[in-house]
Amino acid sequence: MSISIQQLAAFSPLLIVDLSVIVVMLAIAWRRCHKMTAGLSIIGLIAAILSLFFVSGEIPAHLTSLLQVDGFTLFYSGLVLIAGLATCIFGYSWLKEHQDNKDEFYLLVLISTGGAILLACANHIATLFLGIELVSLPLFGLVGYVFQQKPSLEASIKYMLLSAGASAFMLFGMALLYADTGSLSFAGIASGLSQGVAQQPLLLVGIGMLLVGICFKLSLAPFHLWTPDVYQGAPAPVATFLATSSKIAIFAVLVRIFIEAPLIDLPSVKLVLSVIAIASILFGNFMAVSQTNIKRLLGYSSIAHLGYLLIVLVAIKDRQLALETTGVYLVGYLFASLGSFGAVSLLSSPNRGQDVEEISDYRGLFKRRPLIAVVMSLMMLSLAGIPMTLGFIGKFYVLAVAMQGSLWWLSAAVVVGSAIGLYYYLRVAISVFLPSLNSHVADVVETSGFSTKAGALVLLVSAAVVVILGVYPQPLINVVQLATPW
Amino acid sequence: MLLPWLILLPFIGGLLCWQSERFSRALPRWIAVLSMVLTLLLSLMMWGQGHFSLAMPQGIPQWQSEFILPWIPRFGISFHFALDGLSLLMVVLTAFLGLLSIVCSWNEVDKREGLFHLNLLWIVGGVMGVFLAIDMFLFLFFWEMMLIPMFFLIALWGHKGSDERTRVATAIKYFIYTQVSGLIMLVAIIGLVFVHYRTTGVWTFDYNHLIGTKMSSPVAYLLMLGFFVAFAVKMPLIPLHGWLADAHAQSPTAGSVDLAGLLLKTAAYGLLRFVLPFFPHASAEFAPIAMWLGVISIFYGAWLAFSQTDIKRLIAYSSVSHMGFVMVAIYTGSQLAYQGAVVMMIALGLSAAGLFILCGQLYERIGTRDMREMGGLWSRLRYMPGLSLFFAIASLGMPGTGNFVGEFMMLFGSYKVVPLITIISTFGVVFASVYSLVMIHRAYYGEAKSDAPLAVMSIREFSMILSLVVLLVLLGIFPQGVLETSHAAIANIQHYFMTASSLSITGTSTTGL
Repeated sequence: MSISIQQLAAFSPLLIVDLSVIVVMLAIAWRRCHKMTAGLSIIGLIAAILSLFFVSGEIPAHLTSLLQVDGFTLFYSGLVLIAGLATCIFGYSWLKEHQDNKDEFYLLVLISTGGAILLACANHIATLFLGIELVSLPLFGLVGYVFQQKPSLEASIKYMLLSAGASAFMLFGMALLYADTGSLSFAGIASGLSQGVAQQPLLLVGIGMLLVGICFKLSLAPFHLWTPDVYQGAPAPVATFLATSSKIAIFAVLVRIFIEAPLIDLPSVKLVLSVIAIASILFGNFMAVSQTNIKRLLGYSSIAHLGYLLIVLVAIKDRQLALETTGVYLVGYLFASLGSFGAVSLLSSPNRGQDVEEISDYRGLFKRRPLIAVVMSLMMLSLAGIPMTLGFIGKFYVLAVAMQGSLWWLSAAVVVGSAIGLYYYLRVAISVFLPSLNSHVADVVETSGFSTKAGALVLLVSAAVVVILGVYPQPLINVVQLATPW
Repeated sequence: MLLPWLILLPFIGGLLCWQSERFSRALPRWIAVLSMVLTLLLSLMMWGQGHFSLAMPQGIPQWQSEFILPWIPRFGISFHFALDGLSLLMVVLTAFLGLLSIVCSWNEVDKREGLFHLNLLWIVGGVMGVFLAIDMFLFLFFWEMMLIPMFFLIALWGHKGSDERTRVATAIKYFIYTQVSGLIMLVAIIGLVFVHYRTTGVWTFDYNHLIGTKMSSPVAYLLMLGFFVAFAVKMPLIPLHGWLADAHAQSPTAGSVDLAGLLLKTAAYGLLRFVLPFFPHASAEFAPIAMWLGVISIFYGAWLAFSQTDIKRLIAYSSVSHMGFVMVAIYTGSQLAYQGAVVMMIALGLSAAGLFILCGQLYERIGTRDMREMGGLWSRLRYMPGLSLFFAIASLGMPGTGNFVGEFMMLFGSYKVVPLITIISTFGVVFASVYSLVMIHRAYYGEAKSDAPLAVMSIREFSMILSLVVLLVLLGIFPQGVLETSHAAIANIQHYFMTASSLSITGTSTTGL
């Protein structure tokens, strides 16, 4: 099978990211210069984002049976690229005071971003696995980037071991799927399913194992146990990346599988997914209530948010609405996470031991750093789904999709979950305005300097996106409507 | 085209207040007053030009003024504001009480004045939005949006006598109560829209289109309950009243004025505007339950009020009791009772605002709200006790005040429909006089605890209270202007409800309910 230039051009976002991986690697080998490495990575990511606009004329395009570029791919590639870009910018100001090697951070982020784009293109189980591993492997290194600090190292080892287990499950599941349907491409599995092999018990086991692996990566209950520890141990910029890029990419590919293959027609799959969704919403929210560490809190809250999103899969019968919900909700989730983790990361520094992550540390922030305080508060309101923020539009969509599919239990879970969620989101949102308890926190990282300004700019942009699209979401809806895999 | 300005003025004014803080500490106050005065003038101008009393009821929604701008065409959502007699009265009340709430906290705030006034103005803007929006999504948007500034108001500028932990806890409790009920309403709204979509194939959140949507009676009943819960929490109806007294006790005076005067009224407005026309049959079916809940609220609220020692909590519970009357009236389907409910809502807004403002002034002077530590204040204060007596008497429904007119019309209108409930709830009036007079008795009569005279009322304080007194008496003596304004709107709502419900209501009344 020959590959034309036009086909290759359609894959330029992926190619650009891969190219910058190589360039950055060579640059590090040539000379260690933090500024240059960061600059090259950021230029590469921006170039990849820009290329999305040029590619949009070439879609849909196929590259062998493994990869496919369509509106869906471009949209989710854009999201993970934004996440990667923001991570690099937060990372730059965070790493400045890091004593050890700084440059590999960017390399790992770039590789992981490349994996995430690969996932967005995936049309085949092999690409799916490749993408998931390419996303996760660099994350081990990133989570343990400050291995001199115990929690970071511990988190890295925990994540690695559990992740390897999940990958094994996934591989076994894929093998079972192949055994029953005789194909590894999504379309092949779909046609296999529709020919009535769905009743085979082994096939169900295969699907189940695949789902176990994916649910682990998405940290859905009951596979969520690693999440709070890893979020807490990971350096703040890495936690940003972990919460956004990897989850968005993996969820996107999950949606693509469910759209291609009528898995949700199997009653057992539907039941299991509903139970997982409800469990994640309730567990995530309940556990977050008692947290005093903001990174753990956000970790639990991300469990709950992925739980809300899982409703989309259960209700995927109405493909148009389901896809729109996924897009809108993930955009809201992406920017709210960037804003909140970014705030943590801008206040923290590897030199001062642990990140600034106790909720009580955030008291009085409004006096010291008004911008970060307001953004933090706003992001919490968005995650809680309060009107005038994008989170509300997302919640509206999730409820709409649940009602459309007559999923009453899931709708009830969303309402109950949001109620519990309010409790802890509001606690953080208000704490930044309260007077601080002790004065020694006042000496936060210096506020001037280009790198902090760039980080603050990312926060500002996230806040603006959350508010503007929260008040006027139609432009976003228009874009999301183009992000379809057909 | 002037309609959106009613909402925009407070919002823009709020932003200006926030930013002007850096120039001067007093500037935010003046900007806030200016923007509220402009809003009030605008709303009065609309009243003057609207010819509300000329409108003849036609059994369909009749708007005197409308504004539409597409917002989310994907779901047929638009910025659709509209004004009829009912919403106009509420808008004028909102603008007036909004102005009062700013003036009454003139010296109360000592930190972050700009942000305080931002929150205060945004509450007013949100309430305006609730009264004007007739796109259901937009309505919910404002409904939930107005909670946020209230939340910050309680948490950050709340009652100075209690510690921060209590204030934050109260604010969160208030927020969760109202936000969850709002989410339930969102589910109901989406359900209603889907029902409409399935029958017509059109996505719309527009009140005018959704009205008269055909649905099976269990569905209608469920959706109606979704709306009802949201409004019952806000009203608040026993047993969903848990947040009210705490929220009042912890919020600053301005917050209490807005809470009692405005936010509670949005619930009654919502029941009249949305629940009855959308679900006439289900509402008629539900009417006995709602009315009995109303009766329970009347008595339970009154008893709770009587047993309070904190003067602000007493007033808070008294409004539970009063809203119980409104609840009963709304579900009778009698036009007279509806008109009474409208008058009552306005009168209650004025009298509760008056009582809360006086409470705030009292607190500024004696530093406590505990009635056990008051007593004998009549000899130490000059005008305040007399004025308090006036508002207490107004709230127990003395002829000559707007409260009397409202109560009388509600009871009179309800009697024809539900005699038993009306007779029972009439006894609630007795309890109203008990707790109102007990409040005056405990606070102002008896032995003085000290002889030191307290500061006399300033001109600002005096003129605020006096304007409320004048308006309450005017409403009591000449309610006709208000009644004519709301007549067409009320008649239309009643038309929806009655055509559906004449059967079931009379059915229940003959069986003794």
